[in-house]
Amino acid sequence: MPEPVIRTRGLTRDFPSVRAVDDLSVEVPAGTVFGFLGPNGSGKTTTIRMLLGLIEPTGGRATVFGFDTRRESDQIRCRSGALLEHPGLYDRLSAEENLEFYARVWRLEAAERERRIPELLAHFGLWERRRELPADWSRGMKQKLAVARALLHRPALLFLDEPTAGLDPVAAAALREELADLAAREGVTVFLTTHNLAEAEKLCGQVAVIRAGKLLAVGHPDELRASGAPRVEIAGRGFSQDVLASLRARPEVAGAEVANGRLVIELEGEASTAPLISLLVHAGVEIEDVRRGKATLEEVFLTLMEEEQCSPTSGP
Amino acid sequence: MLTDLWTVTVKGWKDLFLYRGGIISTLVVLAAFGVVQPALGGPEFTRGPFLPLLLIWLPLFLAATMTADSFAGERERHTLETLLASRLSDRAILLGKLAAVVSYGWGVALASLSLGLITASLAHGHGRPLLPPANTLAVIVTMSLLTSLLAAGAGTLVSLRSPTVRQAQQILSTSLVVLIFGGTLIGRALPAAWKLRFVTALSGPQLVRTELALGAALLAADVVLLAACLATFHRARLILD
Repeated sequence: MPEPVIRTRGLTRDFPSVRAVDDLSVEVPAGTVFGFLGPNGSGKTTTIRMLLGLIEPTGGRATVFGFDTRRESDQIRCRSGALLEHPGLYDRLSAEENLEFYARVWRLEAAERERRIPELLAHFGLWERRRELPADWSRGMKQKLAVARALLHRPALLFLDEPTAGLDPVAAAALREELADLAAREGVTVFLTTHNLAEAEKLCGQVAVIRAGKLLAVGHPDELRASGAPRVEIAGRGFSQDVLASLRARPEVAGAEVANGRLVIELEGEASTAPLISLLVHAGVEIEDVRRGKATLEEVFLTLMEEEQCSPTSGP
Repeated sequence: MLTDLWTVTVKGWKDLFLYRGGIISTLVVLAAFGVVQPALGGPEFTRGPFLPLLLIWLPLFLAATMTADSFAGERERHTLETLLASRLSDRAILLGKLAAVVSYGWGVALASLSLGLITASLAHGHGRPLLPPANTLAVIVTMSLLTSLLAAGAGTLVSLRSPTVRQAQQILSTSLVVLIFGGTLIGRALPAAWKLRFVTALSGPQLVRTELALGAALLAADVVLLAACLATFHRARLILD
């Protein structure tokens, strides 16, 4: 079995007033898009910084490409590209000069620089504005240039901290497509953090959910969705409180509520829906559509957050 | 290593000159010390102690001001972390930034010297070039490099631990004020015999020995500061938030 690109074992980072990352153990296989999901302040950026050797862990260890993040972080950085919390663009240099500087940092040959920089600027729709200072640009345009800079030297591993933040839907979709393509075609491993759960569901081969520095769940988005309760969504009219109470009284029903005009019933295990439909029809409900499915990743995420908040071991 | 160092140095120069404030302040310095002062100073400008004293102190101020921006500025503008996440080694980043500041301070001092000599010759030379003695020229060239290094080293140490440029500049300007006023106060408090000995050391046959001793002391201070910078510069300690 191939060695995972990233492996952490009990990775921990303390700051004076808070434990930012708490006993984190994950493995990221090569060539996957790995989504690191969590609310603000959950330790995502701190984890990326530790993996790049920009801060040291206070406990545990991590390896990237088999290199220890404490002792061999220069080897890790040589093989990685990063878009961190801020775009990190030089406001006194033009867009083209920003890429030119980092192309020299990454030791791209002159011919390669002359080919690669225009290629990336054109790809991200920035060619016409290449001589402008990014200081005056929108957040989305800065983000595009920062992503182009991260891809400049064709790294084997990409760390992307909220890459689609500030991008318009078309640009965000194009970037997702680009990342999926990089992983599938060139075997690039992508470690990305995002708040956008729909994005993670579409893009990521594996996701990890983190809260207050603790890992809550890890796996393929489908596996995580399967861990949620099966559900039935019913479109129609006549979902009265009496109907909801009748449903909630049944043993195969874990929960029932009306959301956006649709009745959502969460089932216990793989219970049949036929008796429930029959109950609704007898109660006078007019049914137009019935769909049985799994929870979305967003629902699983919110459930995990709630469970962790209710857990006796979680903080205030 | 040398290629990386050069890349960082060139980027440092662009940072210094690619904004209006940097160009204007450099032009003001060149105009003041390369044109106005020599024009007003008369023929004595090239012969008296003013020229070497001015051009040895000048880089201290220039390099100290510019070096505050080197790390604290990148930190404030959120570009430092991206630079640290690149393949550049700690030494290439540190020495490249130091080289940019030192070459700026030294370069402006030498440009002021050249411009000042041209201005003095045109204004007071009556068709002949006015040049200081060769040993004075050697002292200016060497000592201005050493003071540039001194300011860049001290400034880098402050800039590495300062979250903002303003904080770094405040610490550096306060240190310079303490250095100047402290030196003046100590000078005034010295007994008359010591003062006489000091004046004797700065004139006549003892001058060369004093210059060599001062140069050696500055060089030692530069080496200590550079060693301190190399020991302090550790990227895992540079992200302060």
